[in-house]
Amino acid sequence: MAGVTLMKTPAETGLAQAFETVKTTLPGDVESRAQAFELFARNGLPHRRVEEFKYTDLRALMREAAPFAATPSGDEAKAALGSAKALADIKALQVPFVNGHFVRDSVDSKALPEGVEIVPLAEALANGHDWLARLSPVAWARQNPVYQLNSSFMADGVMLRIVGQVTTPIHLRFVTASKSAVATATRVLVLVEDGASVKLIETHESTDGANHQPNDVVELIAGDRTTVHHVRLNAEGNQSLALSTLAMKLGAEASFNSINVVAGSATSRHQVFAVLNGENTKAQINGATMLKGRQHGDSTLVVEHAAPNCESRELFKTVVDGEATGVFQGKIIVPHHAQKTDGRMMSAALLLSEGAAMNNKPELEIFADDVQCGHGATCGQLDEDLLFYLMARGLPKKEAESLLIQAFLGEAIEFVDNEEVREALVEIVEGWLKARG
Amino acid sequence: MPAVQETIDQVRSIDVDQYKYGFETEVEMEKAPKGLSEDVIRFISAKKGEPEWMLAWRLDAYKRWLTMTEPNWARVSYDKIDYNDIYYYAAPKNNPAPKSLDEVDPEILKTYEKLGIPLREQEILAGVEPSRRVAVDAVFDSVSVATTFKEELAKAGVIFMPISEAIREYPDLVRQYLGSVVPVTDNFFATLNTAVFTDGSFVYIPPGVRCPMELSTYFRINEKNTGQFERTLIIADKGSYVSYLEGCTAPKRDENQLHAAVVELIALDDAEIKYSTVQNWYPGDAEGRGGIYNFVTKRGDCRGKNSVITWTQVETGSAITWKYPSCILRGDNSRGEFYSIAVSNGMQQVDSGTKMIHLGKNTTSRIISKGIAAGKSENTYRGLVSAHRKATGARNFTNCDSLLIGNQCGAHTVPYIESKNASAVFEHEATTSKISEDQMFYCQQRGLSEEEATALIVNGFVKDVLQQLPMEFAVEAQKLISISLEGSVG
Repeated sequence: MAGVTLMKTPAETGLAQAFETVKTTLPGDVESRAQAFELFARNGLPHRRVEEFKYTDLRALMREAAPFAATPSGDEAKAALGSAKALADIKALQVPFVNGHFVRDSVDSKALPEGVEIVPLAEALANGHDWLARLSPVAWARQNPVYQLNSSFMADGVMLRIVGQVTTPIHLRFVTASKSAVATATRVLVLVEDGASVKLIETHESTDGANHQPNDVVELIAGDRTTVHHVRLNAEGNQSLALSTLAMKLGAEASFNSINVVAGSATSRHQVFAVLNGENTKAQINGATMLKGRQHGDSTLVVEHAAPNCESRELFKTVVDGEATGVFQGKIIVPHHAQKTDGRMMSAALLLSEGAAMNNKPELEIFADDVQCGHGATCGQLDEDLLFYLMARGLPKKEAESLLIQAFLGEAIEFVDNEEVREALVEIVEGWLKARG
Repeated sequence: MPAVQETIDQVRSIDVDQYKYGFETEVEMEKAPKGLSEDVIRFISAKKGEPEWMLAWRLDAYKRWLTMTEPNWARVSYDKIDYNDIYYYAAPKNNPAPKSLDEVDPEILKTYEKLGIPLREQEILAGVEPSRRVAVDAVFDSVSVATTFKEELAKAGVIFMPISEAIREYPDLVRQYLGSVVPVTDNFFATLNTAVFTDGSFVYIPPGVRCPMELSTYFRINEKNTGQFERTLIIADKGSYVSYLEGCTAPKRDENQLHAAVVELIALDDAEIKYSTVQNWYPGDAEGRGGIYNFVTKRGDCRGKNSVITWTQVETGSAITWKYPSCILRGDNSRGEFYSIAVSNGMQQVDSGTKMIHLGKNTTSRIISKGIAAGKSENTYRGLVSAHRKATGARNFTNCDSLLIGNQCGAHTVPYIESKNASAVFEHEATTSKISEDQMFYCQQRGLSEEEATALIVNGFVKDVLQQLPMEFAVEAQKLISISLEGSVG
C-alpha cells in the first residue's frame, strides 16, 4: 500500500468542506486551526495500515461526516440538561456543555468553590487569554489525527484553574441532544497548580438513534505534589461514534488516579496520553469497558515515564458480548534517563459470546536498564469452575455469570475513591448486566 | 534492578568484537553477473538444471517483486539496499557437483573443520558420542557442497538433499509443497527469495518414520558482495518425526551482506518437526560497520491433526535480524511452540518474534522469549497470537522477558493478541511474577530467596528446552542458556 495515494472518502471530503465553512466562524486564530487541519488532511482519516489505528479503522467506521452542531438556545440547553441522566445526582459543581457549547448560565461564577476558576474557552479564544499558551501540552497528542481534528474544529469548552484543596467534585457534563446526527468538538484544559488537589468527573451522553460524532479533548497540566482523581463515563447514544482524548502532564510527586467506563456508543475510541514529567509521581490509569451487539470499543494508551522514580499502573478490563469487538492498545515508554521506573500494564478481557472479539496490544519501549516494567494480557471466557461453584450453591446461570462479570469489572472500578460515584458506576454495570438478560 | 554481573560477563563474551568465525576462505568462485535481472534468474535456473515450471515460477516471482516495496514497519534502520549491487549466485568453481567428499575443494573442507562441522562420516562415527550422529548438509555461498549420511537416511526412506537436487529428482513432491506455506507474494524478502534462491535443504520423512538421526544444515557466506538466498523445505508425513538444526556464520567484512532465506515446514497428521537455529552471522564491528542483514521468513504449517512444530532459536549474530518463525495451527489439536534467546551487542538490531495462528480446534501454542540487549543495540520482540472464529478451545501462553545491560540500548515488546473465539484462552505475561506459587513456596521454604527461586524456576524451564539442542557447532550457545534474567523487564 505504501506509496499509493488513497482516494478521499466521503467523510474526509465532508470534513474538508466543513472546515472551509466553519473555520472563519469559529473563535480565535484561523491560522493555527488551519495548521492542525493541514496536518490531519495530509494523511486523512487513519486506517488499519496506520499502526496506532490497526484495530480501529476510522476510514471504514466513519462513513460520513456529520454537520457541526450550532450553539443551542437557552431553552434548548435547559431541556437537554433536564433530561440528561449520567451521574446527574452526584453532588458536584456542574460544568455543562450542550451540543459542544459551554452553558454559561448554569454556572454561577460567584458561587464557585474556593480555589476554582473557570474561563469559557470560546471567549478566551476570541479575546485572547494567558492560559491559552498552555493548551496542547503533550506532543504524543499533537501527532494524533483524532486530536488534530479536535484542534481544527474545537468550538468551545472551558479552562479550569485549581488552587489549593478543592473538595467539591467538578462534574463536566457533555450532553448532545439532537434528533439528527451532529458533530461536536470540545476542549477542556485543567490547570492544577502546585500542591493542589481536584476531583474531576466527566460524563458524555447523547440521544439514541442518531450517528452523533463527538470528539472531546480534556487536557490536564498538574503541577508538583498535586492530587487528581478523574472519572470518565461514556454513556453516549447507541448510534454514536465517540472519539475522545485525555492528554496530561504530571509534575513531581503528583498522584493521579483515573478510570474510563464505557457503557455507550456504537463505536468509541478513548485515547490517553500521559507524560510523567517529575520524579516520584504515581499514576493509576484504569478502564472498564462493556460492549454488546455490534459495538466497537477501543482504549488506546501511551504512558511516557519522562522522569526517574515514577510508578504507573494501568488496569483495563473489557467485557465483550454479542458480535462486539474490544481493543486495547497500551504502550509504556521509558527513556534512557528514567531509571527506577516501575510500570505495570494489564489488560484482561472476557468474551461472553461466540461472535465476540478482542484485540490486545500491550507494548513496552524501554531504554533504561534499572527499571521494572511488566505487561500482561489475558483473554478468555468465564471460568467454568467458578460458574459451577456458584451454580452448585443455587444461583441460576445468568445470575452467577453476572456476579462474576461484576467482580471482574469491579477490580478496575474499586480504585474510584468517591463512594457515591463508585456506587453509581457499579449500578451502571448492574444495569448493563440486566439488559443482557 | 540492573542485570547481575554474571550475565553481563556472559553477554560480553559474545560481544561483536569477540566474533570467532570471521575468517575468509580463498576459493576460486564462479559468479553470476552482478545485479538482478531476468537473465540472472535464468542463469541461476540453468545452473541448477531446473525444469521449466521452476523457471516460470521464479520469473513470475521476480515480476511481482518489482512491484513491491520494502517493508518498513520493523523497528530497525539501515541504509537502503542496492539490490543491483549484489551477486545472486556464487559457487566454488572447480567442483560443480562433487560425487564424494574427496572431490570437494580441500579449502572448503578446511573451512568447515575450522568451524567445527564434521563432514566426513567416519569422523563423526569416531566421535566421542557415537549415539548423537548428525547428518549435515553444508551450504557454501550459493551451493550445497556436501551432504552426509545420505545412504543411511535413504534406507529409512528419509530424503535429505540439497533442494536443487530435489527439484530434479523429486519434482512432484517439491512442486506439491514448495510455496504452499510461504506463498510467492508473502512479503518483499520472501518474494525476492522465490526469484533467486540458490540452494538449501529438502527433507521428506515418510509416514510413520522417526528420522534415525538429527539433520542439520550449515550455512556459510564466504564471497564478497554476495547475498545468500537459501530455501528450506521440510515435510513430515503422517506420524513421522524429525529434528533439524541450522547453523550459520560469515566472514568479517566492512560491507553489509544480505541473507534472505525462506523456510517452510509442513507437518501432516500426528507428525512432529523440531526446528532449531543457532544464528551466528557476522554481527558487524563495534561501530556498526559491516555485518549480515538477516531478513528471513520462516513458517510452519501444522496441516494435520495432532501435529507439532517447535521452533527453537538462539540469536546472537547479524547486524540486523528481522525474523518471525511462525506456526499456522490448522489441524485440530495441533501444537506450536517457540523458544527464543536473542542477544544483541554492539550496534546490532533485532526485531524478532513469532506468530501463532490458531485455526483448528483445541490448538495450543506456547511462546517463551528472552531478549537481552547490551551495548548500543536494539532488541524488539514482536509477536502475534490470533484465534480464528472456528478455533474453539485454542490456548496460548506467552512469556517474554527482556533485559538491558547499560543504558545505551533498548528493549521493546510489541505483542499482538487477537481473539475471535470466546473459548480461546490467551495469556500473555512478561514478568516472572506469575510463576506457580506452589513452586515458589517450595523453593523458599528450603531457604532460597524469592529472587533465587524465581531464577531457578524460570531458567530451569527454559533450560529444559534448550538443552535438547545438539550444539556441537556453537558452544557459546550453551553458555547463553545459563544466563540469568534477573532484573528483567517485560
